[in-house]
Amino acid sequence: MIAYAFRRVLSAIPIVFLTITVCFFILRLAPGGPFDGERALPANVLKNLRAHYNLDQPILTQFFIYVGGVLQGDFGPSMVMEDFTVSRLLSIGLPFTLMLGFTAFIVGTIAGLVAGALAAVNQNRWPDYLLVFVVLIPLIIPNFLMANLAQLIFGVYLGWLPVGGYRPGSYINLVMPIIILAMPHGARVARLVRGSMIEVLGTNYIRTARSKGLGAALILTRHAIKPALLPVVSYLGPGLSYLLTGSLVVEQIFALPGIGKYFITAALNRDYGLVLGTTILYVFIILALNLIVDVLYAWLDPKVRLN
Amino acid sequence: MAGITGKDTVLTAYAVALEQEAPKGRSLTQDALRRLFANKAAVVSIFLLAAVILIAIIGPYFLPWSYDKIDWTSIRKPPDFAKGHFLGTDQNGRDMAARILQGTQMSLTVAGVATVVSVVIGIAYGAIAGYFGGRIDAAMMRFVDIMYALPYILFVIILVVIFGRSPVLLFVGIGCLEWLTMARIVRGQTLSIKEREFIEAARAGGAKPFAIIFRHIVPNLTGPVVIYATLTVPEIILTESFLSYLGLGVQEPQTSLGTLISFGAPVAEALPWMLFGPALFLVLMLVCFSYIGDGLRDALDPKDR
Repeated sequence: MIAYAFRRVLSAIPIVFLTITVCFFILRLAPGGPFDGERALPANVLKNLRAHYNLDQPILTQFFIYVGGVLQGDFGPSMVMEDFTVSRLLSIGLPFTLMLGFTAFIVGTIAGLVAGALAAVNQNRWPDYLLVFVVLIPLIIPNFLMANLAQLIFGVYLGWLPVGGYRPGSYINLVMPIIILAMPHGARVARLVRGSMIEVLGTNYIRTARSKGLGAALILTRHAIKPALLPVVSYLGPGLSYLLTGSLVVEQIFALPGIGKYFITAALNRDYGLVLGTTILYVFIILALNLIVDVLYAWLDPKVRLN
Repeated sequence: MAGITGKDTVLTAYAVALEQEAPKGRSLTQDALRRLFANKAAVVSIFLLAAVILIAIIGPYFLPWSYDKIDWTSIRKPPDFAKGHFLGTDQNGRDMAARILQGTQMSLTVAGVATVVSVVIGIAYGAIAGYFGGRIDAAMMRFVDIMYALPYILFVIILVVIFGRSPVLLFVGIGCLEWLTMARIVRGQTLSIKEREFIEAARAGGAKPFAIIFRHIVPNLTGPVVIYATLTVPEIILTESFLSYLGLGVQEPQTSLGTLISFGAPVAEALPWMLFGPALFLVLMLVCFSYIGDGLRDALDPKDR
């Protein structure tokens, strides 16, 4: 078990390094830069700026300076938001994004589990049809459209919830973003649970349990739930990365101060330092989460860990 | 944007079905097609989708206004049949119906070209990995695994930022990152095809590896390629609308459904037709694709029903 986890950690390190390398060189070799404004800067100012950000060094030297910094947790300066280092911006945004993502993850997973199990138990009766239809909606309508419609309906027409923005403590502002973020995730979980639960409920050992007189609730909680959860666990890894990329657009639409908003703003401003920093952080988080899910899966299913 | 049509499950079902012996007299594809056409939702979706595509292509010729023409007398006006603005006008007085059709065209073109790019890369990559096998295969598929783990939308955004916002680059950029599933399925198929007698015959006849791959193996991959292409188009439409929504898509005066939605959303309270028109078209297409995907899966994997 520990050996398996260790192997997985070792195999993740080169991926992070590869991402840093590829993104660094793509961004540095790209035409245009953060100092290309509407008005050209005087040559000596530009020279000083470039020297300040080490941009006058050979590109390999720049790369080693950058990687050395990243290893010490220093992602360099933001080139557009002066006075801020990338590390500082990330340390402001990251807790928020993680909080948003994890809350949505928990809400979505629980709702999906309940909905999927309900649909499976009532297979081919009206609760099943209703749930299958409801679950289809967030899978088809893209999240940015869903977010806009929710803002319009619940924020503007009905006036129940604020349409966006956030300051510490105003949790009511997070209700809509979390639900929007959680819906597609919950829908996928519900579909998976429904499918695997129907399969499990058709197996021989469930029939045995039923024939010896066990109640429906007991069968569900004691015999059916655990094997039905395996496909869900293997989905949680990719599910988490969908959630994080979903948070890009949700943070943008609801004007929330997370790293997703920084990423988009930085990309639009060609703020290479910030784009690089957020990308590395995203990749790191997603790999770490996948790692945890894989180890969890190996723990649940011995076939994986012995392979 | 993966997962809307369940591309992976459909393709896996196809591969599994291929492994099993096909019933005598009917090929797997014929059998699946027969079941697909028995599925009412899928058939209706195919016709609706065909209608949308047709309208998007020939519709603009029948509209009184073109998508970049400004009508100074009706700016920000709701639908007005007398003037020929069937879906209203935007803040610049341009006809929304014409813009929506142009946007649908753009979304479909982006999706089509990106799908072709991803199919070509996926086939070449998967067939080469599967045919050569061994260490080459292991290294190539390891790379695919790595790419799978990475949040590809970030890379699309980086590519778009770097190489500007021309639609061509958008096609290629999205296509270059969508080929992973295709490569996996093609590799799996190639592994089983390359053991067959006709490949051995070609090798005995002195054919070079690349000739065998592209002349003898690739033509046998038509089934998964068609399914893959059908299910990739909506995912790319979604990705493209997502990028356009963030302001990274095509440039004015050209437009796409995502761009239209992103312009319509902030003013939806006062000018609702600017949001609901393009949103309706986007959702209609995605619904159709989703039912076609479902139909394909059921057709290939009848046990699931």
